[in-house]
Amino acid sequence: MSDHILLPEGSIEKLTTTLNLGPTHPATHGVFQNILELDGERILKSVSTVGYIHRAFEKLAERRPLYQITPLTDRLNYCSSPINNMGWHITCERLLGVTLPKRVDYLRIIIMELARIADHLICNSIVGVDSGAFSGFLYLMQYRELIYEIYEEVCGSRLTTNIGRIGGFERNFTNTAFEKLEKFLAEYPVQLKEFEKLFNRNRIFMERTIGCGPISAERALNYGFTGPNLRAAGVDYDVRVHTPYSSYEDFEFTIPVGKTGDCYDRFLVRNDEMWQSISLIQQAYNKVKEFKGTEAEVFHADTPAYYLPEKKDVYTKMEALIYHFKIIMGETDIPVGELYSSVEGANGELGFYLISDGGRTPYRLHFRRPCFIYYQAFEELVKGGMLSDAVITMSSLNLIAGELDA
Amino acid sequence: MSLTNELIQQKLTDKFGEELRDWVQPYGMLTFTAPKDLNLKILQFLFDDPELKFQFLTDLQAVHYPANKGAELAVVYHLHNLTYNIRLRLKVFTDINTPDVYSATALYASANFMERETYDFFGVNFKGHPNLRRILNVDEMDYFPMRKEFPLEDQTRIDKDDEMFGRG
Repeated sequence: MSDHILLPEGSIEKLTTTLNLGPTHPATHGVFQNILELDGERILKSVSTVGYIHRAFEKLAERRPLYQITPLTDRLNYCSSPINNMGWHITCERLLGVTLPKRVDYLRIIIMELARIADHLICNSIVGVDSGAFSGFLYLMQYRELIYEIYEEVCGSRLTTNIGRIGGFERNFTNTAFEKLEKFLAEYPVQLKEFEKLFNRNRIFMERTIGCGPISAERALNYGFTGPNLRAAGVDYDVRVHTPYSSYEDFEFTIPVGKTGDCYDRFLVRNDEMWQSISLIQQAYNKVKEFKGTEAEVFHADTPAYYLPEKKDVYTKMEALIYHFKIIMGETDIPVGELYSSVEGANGELGFYLISDGGRTPYRLHFRRPCFIYYQAFEELVKGGMLSDAVITMSSLNLIAGELDA
Repeated sequence: MSLTNELIQQKLTDKFGEELRDWVQPYGMLTFTAPKDLNLKILQFLFDDPELKFQFLTDLQAVHYPANKGAELAVVYHLHNLTYNIRLRLKVFTDINTPDVYSATALYASANFMERETYDFFGVNFKGHPNLRRILNVDEMDYFPMRKEFPLEDQTRIDKDDEMFGRG
């Protein structure tokens, strides 16, 4: 009797292994699947499957008035919801032709840059966790908590924020919000410095990430990369500079770029962007402090048809009551228009393609999700590499399932 | 030299003549419509021309206009010239019964998923696409959900007896 496994006659012994990474695998940090064909530990081929949490946002948006679409955008990249919210508000404001007071723009920049930091710190510390360095994660995570407390102070919620309104903010920033912001500005740089000390020149980390999942600038552009992943490949494209929105043109900041587009460069670019964001927040906060008297009370533009009036006015003034009713019931007609507007999301260019036929809801709304577009490069990035490199590549690309699927 | 919308329009008209129509600039973005057989030639020209260099495909999606008989589906390309930082929008209309449009995957690797998504939701059949399967919906789905003939449920309907959710 033979000790070997008996294969049916005529079968060819398969020399490679098929491995499912996902849909629910700790390494994916979200719900999507990679089927890897492995020769030993080397990846020969990978096939990606997305769509496990598809929620039909584009279809839903066709039946909703503008203000009800904001909570949908929360759930795209849920690590940095405020940027998505602001991106949507800015799209609506461009469609309606609303110009905002400078103070609102600056407050928005504070919130957006906080969100960028929250997103990057998660991504970078997770790269650390996936490569075996857990402590950096704990250093930074407490500051995400502080950022969430600032959101909470401004809008009342933490993860899916629904922050701001078309035309501005729902309420003025409280003193507590500014105090927490000051605390953040004082303490976070120290912590980030510590984090960089742990990683940037760490021999183990460098050997683990340098040359892992690289992409050339040309390929990155062809694959539609944007954001930190594109900049890590050496292209200095940033929507904040190319098509400034929300008064980004009033600020001094630099765009960090990498060279090789590998995991290490992506890590460094994200770290440098956090420093730039801290500087942007500081500048914006200084500008906000310059507003005195009644100017310091401005937190929204005068767009009565889209901005909910104060509750006490609704009870006492007829006009406010009418607007309140019309907004809540979604009975305001949107002007006819076709518009593509984009903001620099934490992962890249987050675009909104909005077509309005003059009805109360958009005729068509499309979200350009940066994650969805650059995820297709994953197969090329990991081909020929080791299985453990695929895991780091995945986390350093910052793939967020919510943004993949819309 | 910097590129302006007028210059782009001039160059495209010189090359393709009267085939391109409906030149408009909503919110400053140059928009035009092309016959669907020409889409690849135009994209290639925009990609290769040393002055135009629209080499970045920002976005690709479709829109359904049921009233537009014979050209119900519009495939919309958003292109970006990163050197001069100028964008343009190209539209291609197709009949919903024969929704065949040439695939741009050979030119832009990024078009792969975007065309799959467009196929998934609108049923645009991209000819030459290496792997035109559904991407976000289940493979067994036999309709294209973003088309306008599938409206969302009317929230005021009263024929449903559903005490838990406040209807009926």
